[in-house]
Amino acid sequence: MNDKQKSQTITQKIIAYHCDRDHVSEGEIINADVDIVLGNDITLPIAIKEFNKIGTGRVFDRDKIVVVPDHFAPNKDIKSAQQCKFMREFAREQEIKNYFEIGKMGIEHALLPELGLVLPGNLIVGADSHTCTYGALGAASTGVGSTDVAVAMATGKLWFMVPRTIKFMYSGDLKKWITGKDLILHTIGLIGVEGALYKSMEFSGSAVSKLSMDSRFTMSNMAIEAGGKFGIFEVDEATREFLKSRSDGNYKIFRSDPDVEYEKIYNIDCSDIKLQVAAPPLPSNAKNAEDLKDINIDQVVIGSCTNGRMEDLKISAEILEGRKVDKNIRVIIIPATQNIYLEALKKGYIETFINSGCAVSTPTCGPCLGGHMGVLAEGERAVSTTNRNFVGRMGHPKSEVYLSGPAVAAASAIAGRIATPEEVI
Amino acid sequence: MIIREKAIKYGDNVDTDVIIPARYLNTSDDRELASHCLEGLDRDFKEKVKERKIIIAGNNFGCGSSREHAPLSIKTSGVKAIIAASFSRIFFRNSINIGLPVISSREAANFIQDGDELEVDFSSGRIKDITRDKVFEINPLPEFIQGIIKSGGYINFVKEDLNK
Repeated sequence: MNDKQKSQTITQKIIAYHCDRDHVSEGEIINADVDIVLGNDITLPIAIKEFNKIGTGRVFDRDKIVVVPDHFAPNKDIKSAQQCKFMREFAREQEIKNYFEIGKMGIEHALLPELGLVLPGNLIVGADSHTCTYGALGAASTGVGSTDVAVAMATGKLWFMVPRTIKFMYSGDLKKWITGKDLILHTIGLIGVEGALYKSMEFSGSAVSKLSMDSRFTMSNMAIEAGGKFGIFEVDEATREFLKSRSDGNYKIFRSDPDVEYEKIYNIDCSDIKLQVAAPPLPSNAKNAEDLKDINIDQVVIGSCTNGRMEDLKISAEILEGRKVDKNIRVIIIPATQNIYLEALKKGYIETFINSGCAVSTPTCGPCLGGHMGVLAEGERAVSTTNRNFVGRMGHPKSEVYLSGPAVAAASAIAGRIATPEEVI
Repeated sequence: MIIREKAIKYGDNVDTDVIIPARYLNTSDDRELASHCLEGLDRDFKEKVKERKIIIAGNNFGCGSSREHAPLSIKTSGVKAIIAASFSRIFFRNSINIGLPVISSREAANFIQDGDELEVDFSSGRIKDITRDKVFEINPLPEFIQGIIKSGGYINFVKEDLNK
């Protein structure tokens, strides 16, 4: 093996470390130890049934399983209540430490980083496609199915194919109001919904180092919308600062070797990126928000594992402060965790939202997947800070979702149509 | 294993929200899930699948959510195999794990038309379009994945491994 072949990406290094190897090759299938296994009220019930078939009786490590009722919780109907109950009983029986009940829970991908349960260098699997969110912390983290989670819960191991990596280099200064959501929608627009199929997306460059952690979580979160397996950032000062109060500093930091060969490198100048909106029915239909001003809407949702964090609420509050929501619009704002909710309350954002005419909800994935708390009727249209705009995603098959960041969502709430902040403030 | 079935053809990016809309995810009962399979894309799927049991599709089949309910609803509907130009990663993995045969073949997926009669030979790696008299060779899956399929799914595979 020559030096070039020995060179590895962050992704390869994390996978190699978890199967006690110095090196793994792209395309190779390996069995690796996982650090965290995550499940929710939609996916875990199937995983539990499959887990019971394996016959180990106990989970491999009760401290490494995380269980969060967040999708159809607080229970939206009797069937959901049964699913949550089944999951809750499993968590109790297995003495799973990290089970988060209503009142203490949050949307899983905001909650786990907030509590320091996911760390740089970790290999993480979750039965939820947006598990890739933790890549923002320099972890190799990906969504899998229920059967995979059953096996991981029983054995602590899972098979992985080592993916190739595509590097995205972001440079330039961001315009006012631009966040990670605009960068990732622009990127998915550039490469398409299968532009990173089976690949690891590595986010890097001078513009990235200036991004907040909240914006980085948003970008990693949507790697899956380009087909990506991982969406990973290198650990820097901002990551360390985020982790200071959340960990004992006992984590491993991996970096890509400077001479490593990427499948492709994209250079993206952020100074050209305007506020983005992805029109239905694919997240890759990215357009400039200013070109969609004649699109009327019925509902605005600000929340989800993509954009329900402090930065999103801060921007929304800044735009909504002292203004009223259009009389024809329903606005639903969902802080992603109880801590975010509480902090937003202390900062006065919640008061701002309510005075503007917004509904504010306890954490739930609810409307993002058309579950509850804001399902759309036939012919209705929403602007939403969530992650998918597929046919029928938020309700009726003839409803539509336009994806945006918090600035466009809040401005659209005031305007009653797709709008940019400059038009309303 | 050889199967002989007719094709139902769909386009690109058939996502998990049209395969099984989230409003039905409040159950893990496979029969109930199957009763809503592909409801968001094709209201006639339930009728079609009685006579035709191979799905043909374009790029990125199964994109979106990790919900295993999606391949489970397709399998329980009676579908014997899916042949697509490409699959989303999680859907592909989930299908293998639950023993639903999935085959990536851009050439076959583009050529085969709705309603064609097909013969798929998994052991020799061959798809034959009987209607149009054309044969496609399938790229063999990695040995490890073949092992999962031979065991009838990932759970059986792991059980065999644990009992070794």
